[in-house]
Amino acid sequence: MTAVTADTYEAVFEAAVAADERIEPRDWMPDAYRATLVRQMAQHAHSEIIGMQPEANWITRAPSLRRKAILMAKVQDEAGHGLYLYSAAETLGTSREELLDKLHTGRQRYSSIFNYPTLTWADVGAIGWLVDGAAITNQVPLCRCSYGPYARAMVRICKEESFHQRQGYELLLTLSQGTPAQHEMAQDAVNRWWWPSLMMFGPPDDESAHSVQSMAWKIKRHSNDELRQRFVDICVPQAEALGLALPDPDLRWNEQRGHHDFGAIDWAEFQDVLKGNGPCNEERITQRRLAHEEGAWVREAAVAYAAKHQAQHAKPGEATA
Amino acid sequence: MTATANAAALALGDDALVLSHRLGEWAGHAPVLEEDVALANIALDLLGQARVLLSLVGDEDELAYLREERAFRNLQLVEQPNGDFAHTIARQLYFSLYQRLLYAQLAVTDGEFAGLAAKAVKEVAYHQDHAEHWTERLGDGTAESHERMQRACDALWRFTGEMFQPIEGLDIDWQALEASWMEAVTAVLERATLTMPAGPRAGGWAAGAGRQGLHTESFGRMLAEMQHLHRSHPGASW
Repeated sequence: MTAVTADTYEAVFEAAVAADERIEPRDWMPDAYRATLVRQMAQHAHSEIIGMQPEANWITRAPSLRRKAILMAKVQDEAGHGLYLYSAAETLGTSREELLDKLHTGRQRYSSIFNYPTLTWADVGAIGWLVDGAAITNQVPLCRCSYGPYARAMVRICKEESFHQRQGYELLLTLSQGTPAQHEMAQDAVNRWWWPSLMMFGPPDDESAHSVQSMAWKIKRHSNDELRQRFVDICVPQAEALGLALPDPDLRWNEQRGHHDFGAIDWAEFQDVLKGNGPCNEERITQRRLAHEEGAWVREAAVAYAAKHQAQHAKPGEATA
Repeated sequence: MTATANAAALALGDDALVLSHRLGEWAGHAPVLEEDVALANIALDLLGQARVLLSLVGDEDELAYLREERAFRNLQLVEQPNGDFAHTIARQLYFSLYQRLLYAQLAVTDGEFAGLAAKAVKEVAYHQDHAEHWTERLGDGTAESHERMQRACDALWRFTGEMFQPIEGLDIDWQALEASWMEAVTAVLERATLTMPAGPRAGGWAAGAGRQGLHTESFGRMLAEMQHLHRSHPGASW
């Protein structure tokens, strides 16, 4: 018999990751791998549910019944994505309650993008095109992430996200080709959402604290800057097709690199939003906390009802057992 | 469609449109994520019904966005503000039972709404199930939830009589509908350990004139929010 040591476990884990096998909930994994995944998946789940707010802000004002139906379906999907991701995170030994508590008390984050306000109807389109577009660029590689439950959740989520993204693009196209006032509304939204969308890929590679380890574990497959560049290259022709300008005077094709060069990101703004000083940080977390606190009596009622009725149903069973 | 069929489609379509809007206000505010999903789901079903019904009459967006308050034919019940979760559930309970019984009758007639009703009744059965289960959980949950659920059922009671005012153009036995509705509500409230509300169900002050285009005060504000953007860009496509 061979003694099974921590080193053996570590070696088995490393070999599985190297062979592109999936790590599953019952497999041994390094504590730091588990912690990184919980952090990332929780942040991802939180982003889905905080991300409902800027869009839900326009449900009651959607300008046509068709658009209203599309927007309601989208916000519903986001709640569903939150549910998948909390479930996936729970396979690592945490609970939704615990994660929500960390969100509500500011100990876990959500994507900085949702701290920007939706000021006009066109923002709904800009979020669909740019924010969902950036999310998809980030998330498609996660479908091959080394942790099985996360990868499988992402496969389902990415399908729905690309649908939303196309709808957002189509919304903007309609506005861009509509009346002058609608076109202006679309351009203004793109002006306000472009840079925050680029920030969604995270800090530049040389300042990204978790990147190297996450790539070694195959949680991440590409660096922040690599994905950001990919996104810019995708967006430029799409903006042209929309007839809308991207608000960056330094944006131009670089023949040598085979990529678009683009201007400098305002990382001070990014850090400020992350620290909680963005335009809507306070409102977003307050609304989330309020929904949770004001719903406490409903959750308590459901628990009390279940306890009463389980007890009633259990009695005959117990008698015969 | 005949004028009476148009009027009937507007009444049913407005009910679905207005309640869908109210449920849409819950997005991101529900007590649990599962309810964010469920309420949005019900809102979407209702919006789908509204779109079919309004399209029978004319352009769905013109009808939704360019009519004024006095031209809407929905029940006052469905325009009532959401209130707390119990209030929303009581509104859902009263309305979904009504809609289920009404559509079940319409589905077996050979009138203009039979096809639509046959499809919608399946969705509405789910809405009814959702409302009944929550009424039971809240009614028979904690002391607080019991008290809130009772208060909600009582508060909305005076808006329930208007549901049984005959709608011209619909071949319905309204008395039988009302009797079945009372029976169903009684059974649910009993299971939920709640008391049947007392007091008038129609005829008192404002309660019960929605079908005539007389609404309650909050409805105008709801429409102002719903219609503002559409009205700000006359003739635009979205």
